[in-house]
Amino acid sequence: MSAIFAKNSDGAKRQMDHLLTAIAERKDKDAFRQLFETFAPRIRGFIGRQGQDSDMIEEVVQETFIRVWNKAQLFDPEKASASTWLFAIARNTRVDIFRKSGRPTPDANDPTFVPDPEPSADRLVSRAEESHRLQKALSLLPSDQQEVLRLAYFEEKAHAQVAEDLGIPLGTVKSRIRLALGRIRSELRDLR
Amino acid sequence: MSIYHHPSEELLLDYTTGALGEAWSIAVATHLALCPGCRNTIGLLEEIGGGLINAIQPPALDDNGFDALLTRLEKATDVTADPAPLPRSAKGKPVLPEPLRSYVGCDVDEVPWKRLGKGAYQCIIPTGDKDATARLLCIPAGRPVPEHSHRGLELTLVLRGAFSDETGVYGRGDLQEADQDLLHQPHAAPGNDCVCLAITDAPLRFRSLAARLVQPWLNI
Repeated sequence: MSAIFAKNSDGAKRQMDHLLTAIAERKDKDAFRQLFETFAPRIRGFIGRQGQDSDMIEEVVQETFIRVWNKAQLFDPEKASASTWLFAIARNTRVDIFRKSGRPTPDANDPTFVPDPEPSADRLVSRAEESHRLQKALSLLPSDQQEVLRLAYFEEKAHAQVAEDLGIPLGTVKSRIRLALGRIRSELRDLR
Repeated sequence: MSIYHHPSEELLLDYTTGALGEAWSIAVATHLALCPGCRNTIGLLEEIGGGLINAIQPPALDDNGFDALLTRLEKATDVTADPAPLPRSAKGKPVLPEPLRSYVGCDVDEVPWKRLGKGAYQCIIPTGDKDATARLLCIPAGRPVPEHSHRGLELTLVLRGAFSDETGVYGRGDLQEADQDLLHQPHAAPGNDCVCLAITDAPLRFRSLAARLVQPWLNI
């Protein structure tokens, strides 16, 4: 299962979307098992660097999938890919468990919330294409830019900590991140 | 209404990865409630997170933990409770957006303000964050923000009225990121009192407050 997915093929990604939809619509346990087998090791990798306590890591993984099971009906394949949605849930779970505090978020139902402008039709059809291009842009980044992004995302490190860990100036970290985001943006420019 | 001053990409990235502390995150999340453009950037940053997760080559495990997960799921009941009702403004549409309004516990008209001197008021917002302080400030129209000193970063998000300094004019939804190098003397714009959310990573010291505390002791 994971060997197929490691190729990052668009078909495999769409399959992940379908698994989430199956969990949402009919609490499909086989779909849940497949999703777990594909993503649990990745989520473990995402939170498990830095030699953290393995019980805590396992707790975050299990809690992440309990939330996935309970919230699957909130997944909207038009808005995000399965991996992006899982990233957000794993990130929130990690903050809740490791920091024991909340991560404040806006509330789209609040009367003060300023809604998005109407999405254009071409933006809606291009999500799969966007995800494909993003993956390509990530794989083409120079290794020093990939490294700062990985540290920022996987180890939940603020810029200053990344700089300290790599023994490079904060300005260098910021410029590498800016370059990486700039490349990704230019790859996606005509899509967003 | 347009927003001209946005959080830096670094701040948005730290918010996306979960590295940003709770107090700072209140300012970013409240800006996001008012700014579709920055929400779009967050969407891109989360997609990058998803892309990085996809790119991980996971090690094979004998026991992947799925059976343990199922056991937990079968024991657990769905705990998705209805959220607590949000504090409502007495006068129609609230001024303070979520998530800020829930942190304060009320809208702007019922804030338990404490006097800062020179007509300015503040209200400390309780958070679980030990490294940074969140507070609401209310600066009378046309008056300067009380002089204060801080180390490190200060985030200021305007919620009502406006203030201006050497770097520009800041209205509702605008967010200023200032470090200790920025020398500025912000003034509230004429018209409305300026209400803003200020986050600082060190105890913020208002000189007028210190002076008022010392005054009776010095017997002057």
